[in-house]
Amino acid sequence: MSVIQVENIRKRFGSLEVLKGVSMSVEAGEVVALIGRSGSGKSTLLRCLNGLEMIDEGAIAIAGHRMSYNAAELRALRRDVGIVFQGYNLFPHLTAGENIMLAPVQVKRLSKSEARIEAQRCLDLVGLGDRFDSYPDMLSGGQQQRVAIARSLAMQPVVMLFDEVTSALDPELTEEVLAAIEDLAAQGMTMILVTHEMRFARRVADRTIYMRDGIIHEQGPSDSLFAEPQTSELRSFLKAELGQ
Amino acid sequence: MREFGNAEVLFIVFALQWTLTLTALAFFGGGIAGIAVALLRISRSRYIRLAVSGYIQVVQGTPLLVLMFLCYYAPSLFGIELNALFAAGIALTLNASAFLGAIWESALRAIPKAQWESAEALALPQSKVLRFVIAPQAVRIALPSTVGYLVQIVKETSLASIIGFVEITRAGQLVSNATFEPMKAYVCVALLYFLICFPLSRFSQWLETRSPGRTKGPSRG
Ligand SMILES: Nc1ncnc2c1ncn2[C@@H]1O[C@H](COP(=O)(O)OP(=O)(O)O)[C@@H](O)[C@H]1O
Repeated sequence: MSVIQVENIRKRFGSLEVLKGVSMSVEAGEVVALIGRSGSGKSTLLRCLNGLEMIDEGAIAIAGHRMSYNAAELRALRRDVGIVFQGYNLFPHLTAGENIMLAPVQVKRLSKSEARIEAQRCLDLVGLGDRFDSYPDMLSGGQQQRVAIARSLAMQPVVMLFDEVTSALDPELTEEVLAAIEDLAAQGMTMILVTHEMRFARRVADRTIYMRDGIIHEQGPSDSLFAEPQTSELRSFLKAELGQ
Repeated sequence: MREFGNAEVLFIVFALQWTLTLTALAFFGGGIAGIAVALLRISRSRYIRLAVSGYIQVVQGTPLLVLMFLCYYAPSLFGIELNALFAAGIALTLNASAFLGAIWESALRAIPKAQWESAEALALPQSKVLRFVIAPQAVRIALPSTVGYLVQIVKETSLASIIGFVEITRAGQLVSNATFEPMKAYVCVALLYFLICFPLSRFSQWLETRSPGRTKGPSRG
């Protein structure tokens, strides 16, 4: 059964059409990597999937919800769809633990003590069990990003979206974040990752989608897509990415 | 004619309670209205934003003295007799709401859009995003200028003297008229303002130096 179903969506910013008819579906437990040149519409597609951007045409169904821009329905959808951003976006006035507890307490109405246990569990999952009381500015970028992942996980989402989560990190910090994502994949989480880490995409993603100019240009099982790209555009893209 | 003595000094000092009352009225009244102004200024509706911006422009563009007269005399057109405390309180509240509203609006706008987005992506409703994520950060940013503006309010209460309300400036005037010692009377008044305002200013400066959102280095653009 597909957890994500995207039908022919289009998205314009003013006169610039960024998504020009994208369709895809993602099965439960599947890990999908979105690759492509910057500006090809990967982030926009991801942001459409949890309603941060409004689509102009088409339809989205995700985690059992039809995309709707009614505030209450959108909130119901977002409870089941976690997203992690490139810039971490932790709340700087709250500790790591409080960052994670906020939504479970305020949205799911967990008691403080239940939420605390859940937050601790999620911090343990990303290997930061001992940083519950640290403020974001006391953590490294990689640690902040792992807290952001834990914060999303605490809502027990059905789907996780990752938007270039390692692009702002130094290479040595990238690994720890990728390891956390790989753990999630191993546990069967359904997820879509926009990434520039080609080797990671190949290793972790079941399927890879290559986007170009707002459409899906080529897609396939990661192994075959990376080993035998069919289109010349993907070939030259991979050459440039993996080349140096 | 009376001598300028302890009784006169005490008369001025006692009027301090009214200066402080007016300050409190303006700060709390203006604070509550200012929160509404700031929130409406970041509303999604363009018409609401424009209407509130119009309110700010009108209030900020009217001398407080004139506002004071209007609040004092306008109700009498409708046969209502407002006492001077009430009229001055309203004028100061209107004035403070526009200035505090503008300070707080810019603090709210200083919070990156990504903070709104990541909170909304966690399924928090707008009101809770504001309350738990945006407002606490905005308060830290706005605190120094808010305390700084409190100093302005203290001094602005002196304008209530014009409609006959006896706060310290008016008390000083009365003492000066009775004793023909304007220098002594007004030095006494000035000293009292200084005693209230100086610590507040220093507090505001101290808040500024420890403020988290302080811009480092020269600003561009
Ligand atoms: N909020 C926005 N307003 C206007 N243009 C945008 C906005 N977000 C993205 N774009 C434009 O859409 C295009 C695709 O962006 P994006 O989806 O971020 O691509 P990618 O993730 O593949 O780098 C870019 O040209 C970008 O400038």
